[in-house]
Amino acid sequence: MRPAVAGAVVAALLLALPYVAAPYQAILVAYGLVMGIAAIGFNLLLGYAGLLSFGHAAFFGVGAYAVAMMHKYWGTTSMEAALAGGLLASAAVAAVFGVVCVRYTRIFFSILALALSQVLWSLAFKFFWITGGTDGLRVPTPVLLGGLLGPPEDKIGYLSHRYYYYILAIFVAATALMWLIVHSPFGKALQATRDNETRAEFVGIRVRRYRWLAFLISGAFTGLAGALWAPLNGLVTPDILYWPFSGEIVFLAVLGGFRTFWGPIVGAIVFNYLKTYAIGYTVYWQFLLGAVLIVLVLALPDGIVGTLKKAWRPR
Amino acid sequence: MTLLEATGLTKRFGELVAVRDVDFVVGEGEVLALIGSNGAGKTSLVNLVSGLLSPDAGRIAFDGADVTRTSVHERIDLGIARSFQLVNLFDALTVLDNVALPIFAREKRTRRLLALADRDLDVREEAMQVLTHFGLETKGYATAGGLSHGERKLLDVAVAYALAPRLLLLDEPTSGVSTREKAPIMDRITAVVRSQRISAVIIEHDMDVVFRYADRIVVMHEGTVLADGPPAEIREHPQVNAVLLGKAVHARG
Amino acid sequence: MDTLIINVLNALLYASILFLIAGGLSLIYGVMRIVNLAHGGLYAIGAYVAAWSVGLLAAQAPTGVLFLVLPVGAVAAGLAGTLIEPTLLRPLYRRAEEYQLLITFGLFLVLEDVTRFLWGAQPLSATTLWAALGSLEFLGAIYPVYNLLVIAVGITAAALVWAFVYRTRFGVVLRATSQDRKMAAALGVDVKRVYLQAFTIGCFMAGLGGAVIVPSQAAVLGMGVDALVLSFVVVVIGGLGSLEGALVGALIVAFVREAGINWFPEIELAVLYLIAAAVLLVRPAGLFGRA
Repeated sequence: MRPAVAGAVVAALLLALPYVAAPYQAILVAYGLVMGIAAIGFNLLLGYAGLLSFGHAAFFGVGAYAVAMMHKYWGTTSMEAALAGGLLASAAVAAVFGVVCVRYTRIFFSILALALSQVLWSLAFKFFWITGGTDGLRVPTPVLLGGLLGPPEDKIGYLSHRYYYYILAIFVAATALMWLIVHSPFGKALQATRDNETRAEFVGIRVRRYRWLAFLISGAFTGLAGALWAPLNGLVTPDILYWPFSGEIVFLAVLGGFRTFWGPIVGAIVFNYLKTYAIGYTVYWQFLLGAVLIVLVLALPDGIVGTLKKAWRPR
Repeated sequence: MTLLEATGLTKRFGELVAVRDVDFVVGEGEVLALIGSNGAGKTSLVNLVSGLLSPDAGRIAFDGADVTRTSVHERIDLGIARSFQLVNLFDALTVLDNVALPIFAREKRTRRLLALADRDLDVREEAMQVLTHFGLETKGYATAGGLSHGERKLLDVAVAYALAPRLLLLDEPTSGVSTREKAPIMDRITAVVRSQRISAVIIEHDMDVVFRYADRIVVMHEGTVLADGPPAEIREHPQVNAVLLGKAVHARG
Repeated sequence: MDTLIINVLNALLYASILFLIAGGLSLIYGVMRIVNLAHGGLYAIGAYVAAWSVGLLAAQAPTGVLFLVLPVGAVAAGLAGTLIEPTLLRPLYRRAEEYQLLITFGLFLVLEDVTRFLWGAQPLSATTLWAALGSLEFLGAIYPVYNLLVIAVGITAAALVWAFVYRTRFGVVLRATSQDRKMAAALGVDVKRVYLQAFTIGCFMAGLGGAVIVPSQAAVLGMGVDALVLSFVVVVIGGLGSLEGALVGALIVAFVREAGINWFPEIELAVLYLIAAAVLLVRPAGLFGRA
């Protein structure tokens, strides 16, 4: 019963947050939830398929750029349309990258994913007359649910209330969907390909095809996160396509614990706080993050959730 | 009734000819032992039949259909399953899931993304039945990595068996197991196989085991078939005795 | 004609630097099976330390002496490697390779800020050395002598590394360890020491790349990231773990890049990554790699 109680407490806190905390805090959590969606998407590959992608910035970036460009070139204001566009674009890119990447495993998979994501970065960077280059593209606040929620309000109020709940709802749906996927027969088959590729083939699982599908789903989730992130951040720049951002996504999963389902979400929220305060506190925040990562890898490889789990139930 | 018929099978690895012009037949419901010294080509032959390797020459027919060039997956669909000499399991998954996976795959249900695997009661029930056949029913919720070596060897066979094959290729199902444990493992395997009328090809080193459980024995030596016949005949086969049995038979006598 | 010559020389200059960085990266991977994401940081350290040392002595010492100061950057990067391998990497050899990638990513973040902390956000240059040598007329083209010197250093480095790996005792040990670590250990090779040496040499090469480039291009923040990403392309094309591959890959990348800057600047980088991806598809282990 204990997990259910903990879940209820977390749910109540998340629901009440905009009314009990400063708008800034709600927006911060919204960022964390968005990165949480990206992290569970990423972790379908690392945690369940055993494939470490160092190129997930590509899907996050494509999702975000799709939203920004739909606004700029088509005048799209509906968030639902923008989300659909972001999902479609990132899934399409993941489908193509996936065909190439799933031919390999281990380090080659990681580097290939990195190289392909860099192609997109360099395009976003160089085709500045389309993408805004390093200045990026502005993303104004979109219309949610066709304006059902009433007339617009000021930007901070919008982000910390209306858009916060919008993100929370999608976060819950995405998490539930991913939970289902990893516990489905497909999810089990994926874990089988991770544990033992040869045997998986010999129980009739078409390993490459399953990896490709996982890659596609993973990319789409991360792309969805990017699409939600764009209006939250208000500006989309090539930084989110650059490989160190892929590294950040990896970081989230490892920080929370990639061998658990909830770890990457916890990691995303904690990382978001860590980064925000580190940036506010010192210009040397990269040093701090790097040091945390090194300590994690050396001393706490199971991450936050994994370590807590072990502490709760020794062996 | 012949289930599997291989003719003129040859496999080379560079200069080495692992399997040289082998004719090999398995009858329906037959339990066949494949013996020979290390490097005789037994595992290569099993790899050719199961589709892990592709032959340089020869033809493999299964139930009358040519399967020489078909993929591993097509052969599984036709009913050819195998286990591995070195235990090859999904160590992080539970014992039950290890057996459920081949059932999901066989029923084409691994394509299901939006259903809970544990709620598929047909599959669970069948998986539990398979575990019961192999005496592993009490271990269903342990992780496969946590079993004893003997249990892991049995589970390895159970995973292949769960595909409901017509031909089961078992590469040394008792390797690394103590002499004392061998008989119970072989009892289990042969009982299951015979009750379901599944054909089995078992690679084995222990001659006591071979003579006790096999209907027929194929002896391989340096890539070719040296002898092929019922246990009584193989026991008296002069060449076989000379090449590899001599010592084992005398030790028993 | 003269612009073509300049293009070719620029490409060779660029290939020299890339070979030094990517060769080090490849050497480390070849021996230790670790992809060092912090490698660009060590290149940056080489550049910064060299520029800083030159700046420190510029008032007192004659220009000729300053040239001898440049390699200090390479030594600093090598020293950093000597410290990093036993403390951060050695505990991870028995763990999944994901962790090795992660720790070097952490190190990359740390090194970025260490250079920022030590030398600030202002670019650091050693142009005096570059200017001191002047230019040379060469087949109708005017080209800086220093750049020719860098090309010479690149060629010498390639020759030295080759001789080192294929003509010395230590090279034999290195290659044996890279072929089969366990076998090498069984034959009495001190694998720990070989790893330390390989990592140090790899870092030294990256630092040398930084040190020789800094008179013609100032050391700036972020130079490490750019260099790393391009050396990835080099080793992916050439084959991770192969020095010949690093050389050929560096030449390919340098020439494509030089052509790209002139004729297709928008997609220059994209073309490079696509070449890398295409090579991986056709030859997964790269042009000179072992699968």
